[in-house]
Amino acid sequence: MRILVVEDDSETREYLNRGLSEAGHVVDTADNGNSGVSLACDPKYDVMVIDRMLPGCDGLAVIQAVRDAGLSTPVLILSALGEVNDRVTGLRQGGDDYLVKPFAFSELVARLDALVRRTDIESTATRLVVSDLEMDLLAREVTRAGQHIELQPREFLLLEYLMRHQGHVVTRTMLLEQVWDYNFDPQTNVIDVHVMRLRRKIDRGFDAPLLQTVRGAGYVLRGSEEATS
Amino acid sequence: MDLKKLLRSSPFRLAVAYASLFAGSALLLLSFVYWSTAGYMLRQADETIEAEITGLAERYRTGGLVGLTRLIERRLVRQQPTGSSLYLVADAAYRPRVGNLSAWPQVEADSDGWLNFRLGQPEEEETHWARARQFRLGRGYYLLAGRDMYELESIRVTVVQTIAWGFALTIVLALVGGVLVGRGRIRRVSVINRAISDVVAGDLTRRIPIAATGDDIEQLTNNLNRMLAELEEQVDAVQRVSDNIAHDLRTPLARLRTRLELLRESETGLGESRYELAERAVVEADGLLATFNALLRIARIEAGRRRQEFSRVDITRLIHDVAELYGPLFDEADLRLNTHPEGGLTVVGDRDLLFQAVANLIDNVLKHVPSGGCVMLTSRYSTSGVDIVVADNGPGVPADERIRVLERFYRLDASRTKPGAGLGLSLVAAVAKLHDATLSLSENSPGLQAALCFGPGSAVDKEA
Repeated sequence: MRILVVEDDSETREYLNRGLSEAGHVVDTADNGNSGVSLACDPKYDVMVIDRMLPGCDGLAVIQAVRDAGLSTPVLILSALGEVNDRVTGLRQGGDDYLVKPFAFSELVARLDALVRRTDIESTATRLVVSDLEMDLLAREVTRAGQHIELQPREFLLLEYLMRHQGHVVTRTMLLEQVWDYNFDPQTNVIDVHVMRLRRKIDRGFDAPLLQTVRGAGYVLRGSEEATS
Repeated sequence: MDLKKLLRSSPFRLAVAYASLFAGSALLLLSFVYWSTAGYMLRQADETIEAEITGLAERYRTGGLVGLTRLIERRLVRQQPTGSSLYLVADAAYRPRVGNLSAWPQVEADSDGWLNFRLGQPEEEETHWARARQFRLGRGYYLLAGRDMYELESIRVTVVQTIAWGFALTIVLALVGGVLVGRGRIRRVSVINRAISDVVAGDLTRRIPIAATGDDIEQLTNNLNRMLAELEEQVDAVQRVSDNIAHDLRTPLARLRTRLELLRESETGLGESRYELAERAVVEADGLLATFNALLRIARIEAGRRRQEFSRVDITRLIHDVAELYGPLFDEADLRLNTHPEGGLTVVGDRDLLFQAVANLIDNVLKHVPSGGCVMLTSRYSTSGVDIVVADNGPGVPADERIRVLERFYRLDASRTKPGAGLGLSLVAAVAKLHDATLSLSENSPGLQAALCFGPGSAVDKEA
């Protein structure tokens, strides 16, 4: 992916640059709002990471400029302001996702992945397939190798989200936000228990486990034939 | 008191404005009084004179000069000696023939035919003015009938003086009243200003003394005092947070530092691999960040800024969602979770924060209730609004500790070894306060009952 990082703190910028480059992406950086705007209006980027508070012009203004230029490049807002209303303002003004500092690098990567995926898999699909696991969204039915799997409604939503982001790491926070639709801080491993239950249902009794834990990051649903990237 | 300040004060300006308005209306009113008293008398006098001269002329026509003379003499006799009627008949050369004037007045008639002249000698102390009409009789005689205006004039002067005094008094009273009212107001405003200056100078405990007058200034004072109390509380909250940070974040920071140091020296080999050390340092840092975030979150909730984002929250659904999310954890911990929310309950508030608050209460249960325990999560209508109740049969909290467990970082001795920073209930308390709800902890015999009680204020619609 080609990623633009607009961040004024040199240490964070370098850290993002190095980390994302090592993960195989091409990274351009800007350290203030004005040069951010001139870079961001280039349609070559797949995704952008923009800090909320920037010298020159505010991060939200950069996003505004990008949208005014007619670009729909997904934007992840980085911010030290983490309250719900800050988040809502950020998303309302054209951001696609919001990550509060400090953050785990794996969380950032997972979210960038999800943002790019969001732009290429459309939600109009009625069947999701990962290896021999199949989900029929119309009949609300899940099968693995032809065997029917009984799921609770929330487990269904959880699996649907994982399948839509197959091959990509999703974090616990992403699951809480997207599957449970609550933005809160669970202090416990509450998501893990749900994922473990789902794993028992879809992986138990089959040779190739599909739902894997990524240490320090989250989970990934991946078909056995896919190569580990 | 500073005169300039008084003149600039809004009550004084108001008083001046009122005084002018008052003066205007008083002037109008008093003009009418003048017109209907002195003016009336003068008009009456004029009419009498005109009637008399017509009567006398008529007498001359019927009785000739002799008849007229007799009539005038009779009238003069009747009104002697203090009467104010003036008569004079003069010959063609204006020599007086009969009447009580010694000479024909040496003045021209005005445009309406009236003669206004002075009676007696100019050096006399009291000047008498007279007003008269003249009439030309036949055969070169002249008739003059008039009136000594002295009495009427003095009445008129009295009326005018009375009016002038009344007017002056009105204005003086209005101004004095304005000054008094203004001074009172200025004094009260100065009291407020002094108190606020003290607050600005740093004395946040300062309050404005209240004069129990029940007026708008008292209302303003009360509101300002409430604002100051809120301000003080918030500043205290910030102070507490920084105290907490100083005291309770130092330990984990020290641990983190130790781990990093070990990592740096890890070639010396202390049995742990670099990866394990780094991993543990990251865990430590994450724990610190979580604590820090929780503290900031509590502080920001306490600041009450999120109230603008309030909307109607379906409590029944929220309780179901909490139960659904935490259900598997209860199974793992071998605890029973019973949920009985009444249907259709709503509260005006912040959905995520309310979820967080209920989740924290549930989380506490998971941490402190031993396996085999039982928890009841319910929501119901109460007499005052909506209650959310979490009741368990665990070890409970001793009565004298129930207030303290709401403080940041406070932990019961029994739970010191368990995970957590002692912020869960503080956050619940902050969320409760933000929603004007009360968080009460009580005995569940055995166990603890935590109740979030939303008053009618949050159970009904607030202005958006």
